[in-house]
Amino acid sequence: MTSPNAFISIQNVSKFFGTFRAIDDVSMDIGRGEFFSLLGASGCGKTTLLRMLAGFESTSQGEIYIDGQPMSEVPPHHRPVNMVFQSYAIFPHLNVRDNIAYGLRKQKLPKARRDEMVDEMLDLIKLPGYGSRKANELSGGQRQRIALARALILRPKVLLLDEPLGALDKQLREQMQLELRALQRQVGITFVFVTHDQEEALTLSDRIAVMSGGRVLQLDTPAGLYETPKSRAVASFIGNINFFRGTVRRNGGPTGAVEAEGLGVVPVPAEQLARPDGAPVLVAVRPEKFALSASRPADAAHAVAGRLKNAAYLGERSHYYLQIEGRDEPVAVSSQNLGGIGAAAGERGDATFWISWSPDSMVILEAE
Amino acid sequence: MSQGTYIKRHNRALQIYAVVFLIVLYVPVLFIPLFSFNDSVYVRFPLQGFTLQWYGELWTREPVWNALWNSVRVGAVVSVISTMLGVVAARAITRYRMPGKSALVTFIMMPLVIPGIIFGVALLVLMSRLGVPLSLYTVGLGHLIFCLPFAVATLLPRFEGFDPSMEEASMDLGENGWWTFWRVTFPMVFPGVVASLLLTFTISFDEFIMAFFLTGTDPTLPMYIWGQLRFPQEFPSVLALSALILIASFVLVFVAQWIGRVGLDQNKETP
Ligand SMILES: Nc1ncnc2c1ncn2[C@@H]1O[C@H](COP(=O)(O)OP(=O)(O)OP(=O)(O)O)[C@@H](O)[C@H]1O
Ligand SMILES: [Mg+2]
Repeated sequence: MTSPNAFISIQNVSKFFGTFRAIDDVSMDIGRGEFFSLLGASGCGKTTLLRMLAGFESTSQGEIYIDGQPMSEVPPHHRPVNMVFQSYAIFPHLNVRDNIAYGLRKQKLPKARRDEMVDEMLDLIKLPGYGSRKANELSGGQRQRIALARALILRPKVLLLDEPLGALDKQLREQMQLELRALQRQVGITFVFVTHDQEEALTLSDRIAVMSGGRVLQLDTPAGLYETPKSRAVASFIGNINFFRGTVRRNGGPTGAVEAEGLGVVPVPAEQLARPDGAPVLVAVRPEKFALSASRPADAAHAVAGRLKNAAYLGERSHYYLQIEGRDEPVAVSSQNLGGIGAAAGERGDATFWISWSPDSMVILEAE
Repeated sequence: MSQGTYIKRHNRALQIYAVVFLIVLYVPVLFIPLFSFNDSVYVRFPLQGFTLQWYGELWTREPVWNALWNSVRVGAVVSVISTMLGVVAARAITRYRMPGKSALVTFIMMPLVIPGIIFGVALLVLMSRLGVPLSLYTVGLGHLIFCLPFAVATLLPRFEGFDPSMEEASMDLGENGWWTFWRVTFPMVFPGVVASLLLTFTISFDEFIMAFFLTGTDPTLPMYIWGQLRFPQEFPSVLALSALILIASFVLVFVAQWIGRVGLDQNKETP
């Protein structure tokens, strides 16, 4: 039933709260040792799916397998998974050591061995010497690391993390992202990570499931999601992107072309174009796939001119908004500030520029 | 610091109001200890002189000790049972989604507003219909009904005050419901449990109306006092006894309030 190297297998799982369908027929396989992320807007069902993996919510339909075992009859305290809660849920009546050692009671270890394990964990999370602190004497980042240690000391097969970095400020969050990724490589545990921050998901994950309204829109690697989104929703959820209305032009030949508003007729690879002549499509191009130049680039096969409407300086790069002929909305172009063009564009205001692109960078999507 | 914000600024009118309020509330009560030290059988001004005679007399009176022992026994059992039931009720109210929850809470709190005499009469009728002889057990049953809302009211904020994911975290770390209760839930609500024990003990210890209807041959302390009021020459001793009960009750309720608040904010600490 489950594919051979799937470690967690979610099969046709749905969850109803009353008549409300929070999870709608979700199936996915997660590999052993993978850093897997659930990404989606607020309320799309990420927490619900994670809580079903942990056993706090039952599945209304379908089945979850972990390591080949069906989980529907297994209570939370018998599942080979541990969770890091969004609120961390550090026990306030226990100190750091006792929090970390909480799950060890049933292993009936001698005290010396237990202390040793806790010390190892405190080293791993870089908080040695914090053992006797109480939960309310810790910062948000420290609590998060204690919550991690408390779960990791049990050597779970899967660690579930529900937006563990949500409460932290930007700087600490970026630092914790790197630490989390390093830690995951070090301990080799499967991580299922929930976030609504697309940048965080792209940075950390091996694979990402993009969710919306209780469904999985696309499951892919970060590069796959970014470079070849399969739908408008995914394309616009991850990063910035320009959409052009277009039409398929086959001209009788085996390869074809699309005619996109403002971009003209552009030949595209055949595998991108499994549609009949005249079919409406949506052409998506990332802002950084356009090259910006002051005059028409000599070697570019495809280039159009546009008038600069707006420019935003972002430090290492700038965003330009160009009005091109045949399209109402300006085209967003992102370009690195290497001197020259960026500064010139900023100064010249209402000037004309050229954008050029490679047909490979055009993603053909279903028109809605 | 407290001067800083508008809300926390000292308010003269409010202070005067509070003082007047406390005087009106407690001055009548203060006459009891005052006259218990008065060297006269009659409760009237002017005071005759200081004496500890009435307290000494109490000390040697066998029935006082019996009544005290009865009250302590009833109070101890009632406080333990009502607190246990209160823990279960408060946990159920805060942790489970169930239909008619608010109606249930209202129902549990009802004895607070129903006159004790109605409950007393109702229970008396019920007991005699069932042929149950009146005893300290029937008194305890009456007190239990009376104390339960206080136990629930004391415990509810403790249960509401902590994040349900604490219990889930414990389950997640491998503990079943029983161990989760003893390792997480109970320690976190413990101050509330102590406060509830003290408060319900005090209420049972001081309760009169239920005891009036439901006492058999063994009187509780308030019943004993009631019985002594018929004898004018005993009155100063009754005052001395009342003064002692008053002080004990004050201390217990204060301690209960204080413990009940300990750490209430700390539990909400998680960001
Ligand atoms: N216990 C519940 N009863 C009823 N509806 C619920 C319950 N839990 C969640 N829901 C609903 O299910 C949907 C998904 O909730 P969920 O908490 O999984 O969202 P989420 O993706 O984690 O969102 P966020 O990013 O805001 O945490 C929401 O519309 C929510 O209102
Ligand atoms: Mg959530």
